Amino acid sequence: MLKLKIGGINLKEYKHFTEDKEIRNAGLPAEAIIPLSQSLGKPSKPVVEKNGIVTTGQLIAEADGFISSNIHTPIPGKVKNIDYFPSPLSKRVLSIVISLEGDFKISHKDEKDFDSITPEEIRKSIRDNGIVGLGGATFPTDVKLSPPPDKKIDLLIINAAECEPYLTSDYRLMIEKTEDILKGVSLMKKALNVENAIIGIEDNKKKAYIKFRELSEKYNVAVKLIKTKYPQGGEKQLIHVLTNKKVPTGGLPMDVGIVVQNVGTAFAVKEAVLCDSPLIDRIVTISGKAIKYPSNLKVKIGTKISQLVEECGGFIEEPKAIICGGPMMGLAVDSLDIPVIKGTSGILFLTKKEVEHRKYTACLRCGRCVSACPMSLSPSKLSIFSEHENWEAMKEIYVLDCIECGCCSYVCPTDRPIVHMIKWAKNMLRKMK
Amino acid sequence: MDKLLNHAPHMKHKDNISSIMLDVNIALLIAVIPSYLFFGPKILLIIAVSIGSAVLSELIFQLITKREITALDGSAFLTGLLVAYNMPPTIPLYVPIIGSIFAIIIVKQLFGGLGNNILNPALAGRLFVMFAWLPLMTTWVIPQIPEYIKQILPFMPDSLVTSATDAVSSATPLATVKLQGMQELIKCYGSKQNLYFSMLIGFRSGCLGETSTLFLLIGGIYLLIKRIITFEIPITYILTAGILGFVFGKDGLFTGDFLFQIMSGGLILGAFFMATDMVTSPLTRKGMIIFGIGCGFFTFILRKFSGYPEGVSFSILIMNSLTPLIDKYTMPKPFGFVGKKENK
Repeated sequence: MLKLKIGGINLKEYKHFTEDKEIRNAGLPAEAIIPLSQSLGKPSKPVVEKNGIVTTGQLIAEADGFISSNIHTPIPGKVKNIDYFPSPLSKRVLSIVISLEGDFKISHKDEKDFDSITPEEIRKSIRDNGIVGLGGATFPTDVKLSPPPDKKIDLLIINAAECEPYLTSDYRLMIEKTEDILKGVSLMKKALNVENAIIGIEDNKKKAYIKFRELSEKYNVAVKLIKTKYPQGGEKQLIHVLTNKKVPTGGLPMDVGIVVQNVGTAFAVKEAVLCDSPLIDRIVTISGKAIKYPSNLKVKIGTKISQLVEECGGFIEEPKAIICGGPMMGLAVDSLDIPVIKGTSGILFLTKKEVEHRKYTACLRCGRCVSACPMSLSPSKLSIFSEHENWEAMKEIYVLDCIECGCCSYVCPTDRPIVHMIKWAKNMLRKMK
Repeated sequence: MDKLLNHAPHMKHKDNISSIMLDVNIALLIAVIPSYLFFGPKILLIIAVSIGSAVLSELIFQLITKREITALDGSAFLTGLLVAYNMPPTIPLYVPIIGSIFAIIIVKQLFGGLGNNILNPALAGRLFVMFAWLPLMTTWVIPQIPEYIKQILPFMPDSLVTSATDAVSSATPLATVKLQGMQELIKCYGSKQNLYFSMLIGFRSGCLGETSTLFLLIGGIYLLIKRIITFEIPITYILTAGILGFVFGKDGLFTGDFLFQIMSGGLILGAFFMATDMVTSPLTRKGMIIFGIGCGFFTFILRKFSGYPEGVSFSILIMNSLTPLIDKYTMPKPFGFVGKKENK
């Protein structure tokens, strides 16, 4: 079986909490707090004003420049406020607050005919409907599907690895909406003008693999099973596992002729292009030992975490940590008033037993981080340079190529927060430019 | 409840310093069994005193210098244990005490504490006391077999007879071979098989922790299985020393005794427990292989050409001091490396 050959770690998966839980709809939020920074790139610009009336799916903020995205309201109602609110991006962000008023009507449109849509129309629809990468990076999808003319693309890879523990949102989507995802893949192939597409699935998601295999010939998409190892979902790692190509340091997948898209994004693309649905909701895994009914919920963007806690039966135990995202790369937050945004793949409520407070000491030079790093960097050296605040030296040993997967911090016996030190360095290097 | 706001990742591997040190100490302590059987209860006192001085000196140092107290994390215990293992069974107690104190305070703490020392503290401590008290550190005793062991293994000799005039003291196997030749050593044990078997279970003169190949190997394999150490350093070290010893034998090429070379002296103890010390050995797998080969090479050179019959301590310390250089030249190339100077 294909597997990750460079670095990586074997993690306990904890997917049993939610892998068999069918996706169910979360309730409409009475108030949706919609941050204007939900994707990589510039924040969007509001196009509504306070007290304006909006209908479901209406554009409320537009993209500011090429690398930015449109934002739509998930509920009908009135614009209550436009102000700074906490968000899962760890700082206060300008957000539009919509209060629910009026009937929520979903008008079911017939699916458009695939053959009648041009690649240009596909890209425009993706852009207009605010689709961003739903794997967590939230890069505007239409930008990824519009590579510069000098980069020839010959392969589309669909990232169905979902390598983070606890998270099962992609997995449930793969089982329940298999054909829709494949339609989305076909649309992306058409937009990129490529013949070849591979879906990479980890072997802890065999049910999904089987479902995809059944339809792989019909949609002309190869489906490959890869041995579960973290962080195979990283796009450079996935490319290497599936094609043996290495994206050059400082480069992007398009430098080796490949575009990688998340499985959830493929589904959103199909909804946008064939059904004119903007991105107003996503699947979120609610998990962890503290929550009573771990679930996979279809959540409207802007719903507060507190509402989701209620819908999952509340806490059986007061959580010691609340994580937005997965446990390896997610952000710890301390409030339940934070909204779900486009990139929120999961919210974990971890008990005292599942997390621990850490205090770190000097680097033992044991070398475990070097063995675990999937980018073949030297996290030990990077962390020591970071302690000396020697950013230039870190740049010379390729700190900018770190994918922040967390493997190094995970294996470190002295609990050094290496990823944090690297993020800090990257920040300082960005400021120094 | 105040929410825990750690940086990502929020999951951790279960190993930390204390658990690693605990595993290493357990693995090492297995070798106390043959040592106690063949050298008597005095060795327990040496071990206790050595460990005690190590832990106490670290504690006192950290209290006086108002640093974080880490004396109980198991690393000082390990250093004390290793210093004791490098002592002859007849050593007066003040020697391991001073050795441990020197190892902890000078070699480890004054260099910056755990993680920052360049030399292996136990080995440097051992060398210090060896030069200070050379005669005491090179006086060996003939091991005694307890009655019940003799009943289980009747073919073992009652005692080892050597040509030395002093009937109580005996040279280590390596020293005997160096000064009097292999045949003399085999005569002491009765047969070559007896010799190998005795070296395997620890029935020979030597430092109290280095004599039993078998029990040390059990500890070493335990550490390998638990992934506390990786196989690169022990395997390359042992093979290099053994093969070089075999090729460049005393009586000409390819006349050396591979098994004898790898079982004698502190090679197994050094290869599994001292050369593998993570702080003083290279970071990368490639670097570890170079380190292991280097240790094996120097052990061979010192055993063959130096005045001392034993080369393990020196070899490891030499390679410890070369570790920063090895690390520099074995830095991994990043994923997708295309060329030296690319500007981002």
